[in-house]
Amino acid sequence: MSTTTETEGTGSGTPEPAGPARGTAEAGRRTEPTGRTAGSLGAMTGAELTKLLRRPATWVLVGLWPALQLVFSTVIPFVSYQRGATFEGLPPEAVLASMLPDQLVLNSLSGLPLFGGALLLTLGALLAGSEYGWGTLKTLLGQGPRRLQVLAAQLLALLVVLAVAVLVSFGLTALASGAIAAGESATADWPTVGRLLRGLGGGLLIAATWGSLGLLLGHALRSTALPIALGLVWVLAVENLIVNVAAPLLGAFDTAQAALPGVNAGSLVAALAGDGATLRTPGVAAIVDGAQAAGVLAGFLVLFTVLTALLLTRRDVV
Amino acid sequence: MIAGLTKRYGSRTVVDDLSLTVRRGEVYGFLGPNGAGKTTTLRALLGLVRPTSGTALVLGRPAGAASSGVGALIEGPGFYPYLSGRENLRVLARYAGAPAGRVDTVLRTVDLTDRARDRYSTYSLGMKQRLGVASALLKDPELVVLDEPTNGLDPAGISDMRALLRRLSADGHTVLLSSHLLGEVEQVCDRVAVISSGRLVVESSVGELLGLHRLVIEAEPLDEAAAITTRLLGPERVSVVGGAVHAQAGPEDAARINRALVLADVEVSGLRQEAQTLEAVFLEMTGSELVAAGPDPDGPPAQRTGRLSRRGAER
Repeated sequence: MSTTTETEGTGSGTPEPAGPARGTAEAGRRTEPTGRTAGSLGAMTGAELTKLLRRPATWVLVGLWPALQLVFSTVIPFVSYQRGATFEGLPPEAVLASMLPDQLVLNSLSGLPLFGGALLLTLGALLAGSEYGWGTLKTLLGQGPRRLQVLAAQLLALLVVLAVAVLVSFGLTALASGAIAAGESATADWPTVGRLLRGLGGGLLIAATWGSLGLLLGHALRSTALPIALGLVWVLAVENLIVNVAAPLLGAFDTAQAALPGVNAGSLVAALAGDGATLRTPGVAAIVDGAQAAGVLAGFLVLFTVLTALLLTRRDVV
Repeated sequence: MIAGLTKRYGSRTVVDDLSLTVRRGEVYGFLGPNGAGKTTTLRALLGLVRPTSGTALVLGRPAGAASSGVGALIEGPGFYPYLSGRENLRVLARYAGAPAGRVDTVLRTVDLTDRARDRYSTYSLGMKQRLGVASALLKDPELVVLDEPTNGLDPAGISDMRALLRRLSADGHTVLLSSHLLGEVEQVCDRVAVISSGRLVVESSVGELLGLHRLVIEAEPLDEAAAITTRLLGPERVSVVGGAVHAQAGPEDAARINRALVLADVEVSGLRQEAQTLEAVFLEMTGSELVAAGPDPDGPPAQRTGRLSRRGAER
């Protein structure tokens, strides 16, 4: 029944803090307050996960990325291959090769630098911005947690959901490419465990960077519409313009593009795809090397989180 | 306890050097017209806004650090519309560190058990308000802060809310209740603070505030009567209203004033005591146009003395 089951998704299984046993009788006597009482971080993260999982928007956004990912990286190329047509100038055999299990990492993550990132950024912005629109932040804070605890719970819950989305994308792509390999009697050359883990980690890093940018924008602008609009314009338009228009024209932009989150996300995906992979998704290009890309993304993740923390702890909640 | 609290937004001072003391176990009314700074003060008390200067101590700790014993409903309820009432409270209980069993207890307290499974977005305003009170009670806090909890409630809802406030008080909770509805405060509060434009106008017990009886003196010549009364009571307690002298004075002052007037050859044709409603006191003190909101449409304050004496008898 919907009201009796809740998902304690962190896996921490943190029990409620053991307070003095209290009868459930109405108007039970109060115990003397002993300083700040608030739930444990695990309980708060569980609460945030409940909020996320019960929210239809979460399912739309988190479901949409792996679904689109599958459509663009596998379904469309496969239909084109079956018709024997060339795909973006590639002969049918090359199209088949690009869908096989050895390309699992690339095909699971290629959407993240652009549309996947935009969707996950939207999720972060909704998570943070709605609290202001609904007036729920003051309700939450009224229960006694520190503001940083609220942010930590939001971030952890977001990371859990993003990790699941990355796993789903890998799972769907693996199923599809395995089926294609079997159907076409091609060699199923699965990536090694190490490559797979690096791919999952890299995917989560990119997803977390976008999600935390959404969280920052949501808290900074205390709403949902404007952060989403700004985030989408940045991810989908501005970065593209800088890379494709400004960088070729002006040297300064050519240098600056190496510091953009989207460019680094694209470079990290390119690096994780390995040598010899065909990079055909927009946004995926080896502009900087993989280690540098991972470093820059981690830096952005920390920067966005610190800025959010500063804003949340310093501003009045009105 | 609030001492010297000031909050400015830019050049606008919303709360100006405000000091209040709420004693343990009492129901404290925080009264003021809309925009007087009530909500801002309560937000500062909870640590939601940072005061420009001054301090607020809650249960002996700085505001915001002492949320342990405080439950609050500030400026209307804020909940997740897609969750049911019960799920909303469960989320909050996890943040509060309250035992899961409290959720059903507080739902019963505010009489929402029947609708606890329904989505919050389907609730009526009164139910939303009650869920807000329920969330304030989750931790079974020592101090319950309720910001205009009867806003938008129908007469039955207001009556229920009053009963709930009395129950909370009887259970040993300290209640800080802000309101612009005087009847509410008059009926349930032990002490009140009246603020206007961010400044404290008066802080006293409801009894004391109402006990500031008005002595209406009809005498000839009026100017001399006013002068003599002013000499006895001080200028701030005396005014001339419509051919009579109004003095803030109790029965103990009446004889003394009468004697002084007679000795000065002033002809006293009438001397009567008028008790006041909180509303009259309030209007006098804040000089504000208070909307006489609420279920019972009231006449002008001066005509409500009869109601007060009835209420006085209940006390």
